Amino acid sequence: MTMAANTQTLLPQLLDKHQAQLMKDWLARQRAAGAPADSQGEERIRQFILALRQGASAGRFDDITGSEWAQAREALEEISRERGLKGSTPNETATFVFSLKEPLFTLLRQECGNDADRLARETWQVTQLLDKLGLYTVEVFLRSREGVISRQQEELLELSTPVVKLWEGILALPLIGTLDSARTQVVMESLLQEIVASGAEIAIIDITGVPTVDTLVAQHLLKTVSAARLMGADCIISGIRPQIAQTIVHLGVQLDVISKATMADAFGVALRRTGKAVVDRRKTGAKPKNGDFASAENGE
Amino acid sequence: MEQIPILKIGDCLLVSIQVDMHDRLALQLQDDLTNKIVSSRARGVMIDISALEIVDSFIGRMLNNIAAMSKVLDAVTVVVGMRPAVAITLVELGLALTGVKTALNVDKGLALIRHLIDDEEPDDRREE
Repeated sequence: MTMAANTQTLLPQLLDKHQAQLMKDWLARQRAAGAPADSQGEERIRQFILALRQGASAGRFDDITGSEWAQAREALEEISRERGLKGSTPNETATFVFSLKEPLFTLLRQECGNDADRLARETWQVTQLLDKLGLYTVEVFLRSREGVISRQQEELLELSTPVVKLWEGILALPLIGTLDSARTQVVMESLLQEIVASGAEIAIIDITGVPTVDTLVAQHLLKTVSAARLMGADCIISGIRPQIAQTIVHLGVQLDVISKATMADAFGVALRRTGKAVVDRRKTGAKPKNGDFASAENGE
Repeated sequence: MEQIPILKIGDCLLVSIQVDMHDRLALQLQDDLTNKIVSSRARGVMIDISALEIVDSFIGRMLNNIAAMSKVLDAVTVVVGMRPAVAITLVELGLALTGVKTALNVDKGLALIRHLIDDEEPDDRREE
């Protein structure tokens, strides 16, 4: 047990003896660093000091991956996840652990008195431990932030590619945001699934929400159109803004698809193609069967 | 010897491809189909590929060839029942099958053939 005797430190007994003092000093340091003053924070600190006490009594300071540090890791994970969601910076989160150094070192100095050799050894061990814990905190913090980012990305992808049924056999696909390869894939898949599900013959792709159309975006659009055509559905591109019309021509992009300036125009074409018409009841006095739309047997 | 059946519905021919295509089978199909178009005086050919999970460039070219041959014999070709995954793969391969008409299912395919044939015949032409 010589190893254990070597790593035996003052830390556990120090934490026992001066817990209240340590908490007070640590809190003061954190407040000075800009942490919010609330009872929840105090509770967390108390729990963390207890967990630290438990881990320290086992005596391994160079490796915090063991089971004796599980409680301390858990406490840190909770704290950094909470901070990550609140939008704290990594700096602020790491300060939580690092601000413990000064109060702890002060206590160590008091305890060791004139034994410089011992003080240096103790200080080194505590530094090693707190550095590890601090880095672990930052790591968990980053992981939780990355989790948030990737979840948001997925949601964005899902949200921005809805396929809307406008009328029997007519689908609309309002695109919002830039079309990259990944999004094109999602758009294509959801459009084709919907074509199969609804048996639609016409799909209107509305690009009002697409900020720029360059050659790559145009290529992606055409791919979607071709895929829909292979499934037996015709596509109409609508929502081409004047600026984008100019860009398309300047770039020399060939959009071999029916294109309309507005979704309303495209819908009109789609209705005509499917043999339907919109009738103004006030002018014609006609009695439509359902709603404002009436089916016309032979075109207009 | 395996053979792909060609069914006659009115003046349309229905070909349902349900097995893996290979060179000889494709040639045999082209042979049978052209003979059948001539003998039955068919005006439309419908090729159902809903059972195919994989369509490669070979089958893509075969479909294009059949469409071109039918056209020479004055029959329109419609490919029906393509799966979404197949459509995406073909587009990624750069095979948009521009020479072939497509429809979602056999029902819509028949309607499309009817429409195309009616369009060609001036007697039946209606004002739209």
